[in-house]
Amino acid sequence: MVPLSYYLVLSGFLFACGVIGFLIKRNIITIFMSIELMLNGVNLSFVAFAAHWHALAGQVFVFFVMVVAAAEAAVGLAIIIAVYRTRETLNVDQVNLLKL
Amino acid sequence: MSFHLILFLAFGAVCVGGAVNLLAQRHPINSALSLIAVMAALAGEYLLLGAEFVAAVQVIVYAGAVMVLFVFVIMLLNAGEEEETKGSHVAFLLGVPGVLTGSVLTAWVMVRHSGTEAVAIGALPGHPTDIAQLLFHDFLLPFEVTSVLILIAIMGAVVLASKPEATARKVD
Repeated sequence: MVPLSYYLVLSGFLFACGVIGFLIKRNIITIFMSIELMLNGVNLSFVAFAAHWHALAGQVFVFFVMVVAAAEAAVGLAIIIAVYRTRETLNVDQVNLLKL
Repeated sequence: MSFHLILFLAFGAVCVGGAVNLLAQRHPINSALSLIAVMAALAGEYLLLGAEFVAAVQVIVYAGAVMVLFVFVIMLLNAGEEEETKGSHVAFLLGVPGVLTGSVLTAWVMVRHSGTEAVAIGALPGHPTDIAQLLFHDFLLPFEVTSVLILIAIMGAVVLASKPEATARKVD
């Protein structure tokens, strides 16, 4: 038997790792992977709460999160390819056209 | 120490190690592989929570389809080692307080709710039949809306990833 709080701590840790990666990483693909890590952390807390409250709707929500994540991955990676075509780099520091 | 707790700690250790490794590695392909490890371990956590269908979908969709897309793009663009740059000020201004707040919040949750009732193995049988009943009955409208979302995402991905000359020629 594992208390609910353990699952929530793990979920929070995964989300925090995603936020840190989003902020400190310079490679645009790794930044994108950090976002996926955050979504996974949220999914874990959804499933944990679903099990805790005996509400199956929490698991259905995980499917919606997965669908949105998959759509986001497809569009995001297409954007990355387009950025690479025009800028010839994956480093976010060099993608600074909109910077003042 | 129950068998359930041992399994939770084993999968949790893989999750934590993979997440830290994702941050530590400089090559994107190493980060992608550690992310796959995190997702596979999370599927194990879902199984412990009784969500067997979610665990299967996690492996098939996340660790399978989405990560294949990532690895494919990394290899297509021949992404090399990340260049060492000076960390931005925003990262330090937002990151350090964010990490502190997150750790304080998790610690608070741990202390405040340490006595909550435990989640038993198979407490909630996430049987595909029950999930399908919910998905195709109670959540029918969101389900249909997501199908439109996927359609738009497919078209957007094709348009964005196609060569600029190809689209320009069509306009002419």
